[in-house]
Amino acid sequence: MAGGRSNDATIYERLQDKILEAGSFRGDETITIRRENLLEIFRLLKDDPKLELNFLTDITAVDYLGKKTPRFEVVYHLHSLSLNRRLRVKVPVSEEDPEVDSLTPLWKGANWLEREVWDMFGIRFQGHPDLRRILMYEQFQGYPLRKDYPVNQRQPLVPEREVEDTFVDGASQHKLLHLKGQFPTKA
Amino acid sequence: MKTETPDLPLETMELQMGPSHPATHGTIKFNLTLEGERVLACDVEIGYLHRGFAKMCEQATWTQVIPYTDRLNYASPLINNVGYALAVEKLLGVEVPPRCQFIRVIMSELSRIYDHLTCCGMSASELGAITVGFYMIEARELLMRIIEAVTGARLTISYTRIGGVKHDLPHDFAEQTLQSLKKVRRILADCDRLISRNRIFIDRMSGVGVISKDTAISYGLTGPILRSTGVNYDVRKSDPYLVYDQLDFSVPLGTKGDNYDRFVCRILEIEQSTRIVEQALKEIPLGPISLDDPHIVLPEKEKVYNSIEGLMHQFKLIMEGIWVPAGEVYLAVEGGNGELGFYIVSDGGGKPYRVRVRPPCFMAMSAFHEMIKNHMLADIIPTFGMVNMIGGECDR
Repeated sequence: MAGGRSNDATIYERLQDKILEAGSFRGDETITIRRENLLEIFRLLKDDPKLELNFLTDITAVDYLGKKTPRFEVVYHLHSLSLNRRLRVKVPVSEEDPEVDSLTPLWKGANWLEREVWDMFGIRFQGHPDLRRILMYEQFQGYPLRKDYPVNQRQPLVPEREVEDTFVDGASQHKLLHLKGQFPTKA
Repeated sequence: MKTETPDLPLETMELQMGPSHPATHGTIKFNLTLEGERVLACDVEIGYLHRGFAKMCEQATWTQVIPYTDRLNYASPLINNVGYALAVEKLLGVEVPPRCQFIRVIMSELSRIYDHLTCCGMSASELGAITVGFYMIEARELLMRIIEAVTGARLTISYTRIGGVKHDLPHDFAEQTLQSLKKVRRILADCDRLISRNRIFIDRMSGVGVISKDTAISYGLTGPILRSTGVNYDVRKSDPYLVYDQLDFSVPLGTKGDNYDRFVCRILEIEQSTRIVEQALKEIPLGPISLDDPHIVLPEKEKVYNSIEGLMHQFKLIMEGIWVPAGEVYLAVEGGNGELGFYIVSDGGGKPYRVRVRPPCFMAMSAFHEMIKNHMLADIIPTFGMVNMIGGECDR
């Protein structure tokens, strides 16, 4: 992939003791950092004029059950639109205390991405304003992308919610209007 | 005579729009807080089309993932195929032959035109311009026939293979494509006359769903939505993959970041994609369409039936999958809706350890509440249309 990986030294100088591991594989620059002061490190990466990693491309996680300790890695992909370089930042997280700082103060896009990681891996994000499940439903049990979640696992049935306060219900006190199903807004 | 409008007491109302609503092509629910018809807050609920893409990929071999990628953005499945194949090839450290690269570029661009036509046509018809909708569907059908002739399917095409493509282009491909593109251009010119300066259309689109440059970057938006705000970011230009660096095309940019700019960006991108296809058809070289490596690409049937090596290679590839070295890569391609990224992790075996798709419309939907805030309820329809959320990609 294009994009210079010329000033590696800059990142290393600035973060020095915070980097556990750094390297490049197939042209992808990667650094592994400790989860302490995560937000500060990302703020540095974002604001530093030599890096300008101002674009949060992706947040995801990988479960290395039985392969690595700590078990999880939260993986961030940053991109500098002006300097056109990418950086992958990995943060190991243990099974006992799966929690990292939320990046929502720096990037608004982190909101949904972190919700998805929480939903799929059960990794909590400290300081997230609205950490709810996003793809799964609230009553879902377990975290489907963990390696110990069986692929054919069945979930308990959720009791049907009673539909109340529709506009056909004249006795309703609430102004809750359901515009769903086959509502003919359009020919 | 003096007319006075008394200040009526305003109450906010909760309205659930969706998940199955005829004007939102996609299964999604908007939990709206309304004041009259004005949207005060919008909480978007997604996940209705979640199929466990990532979990399923971990059960399949590297090649078996390709059909799953068809079902991500089903308006442009070829781009997903190409993106995934490129990511695996990057991890393998191989590059496909030039003819294959050109074929992939041509098919990706045809898909992009198809994707944009779907998006623009549907959005126009939702605003009452049904003629434009049908014209664009007609144009789309022309491209669909070409895609069908090449891949053998209309939607679930699974055309790429790791290390190549399924088979070569049909003999009259160039001729048919150029003819169809000519017709598409004519249809687009008709649509342009019908809609681009149409008062009703402009009133509904212009100044609606505005998002600023900084907000768009903060939300990680890409594709036509980001470019409509004036940010010049296109993966084909910034990280040229395949042969995009040999082809001459420009990236249309907007200024205001509203729905109208997004619409115009997409229409102009169709023209650029047409140019790319025309150039690529001129420059496409002859040669093999797949790598000549029996550890990656299935051997020809003649070899399988007539030689022990061929049979062994076939058996190993089918039963164990392609052996991909341990490691991880991220590779992005420019999808119809923006940066479509594949982050894949291998633990050195025939199956992926982790496949993560960075879905562009997931990011766009996370910013949707900003776009629609303080607009009218009815403005959700064009705004949602121009975001072009594809459930298969957003929910995976």
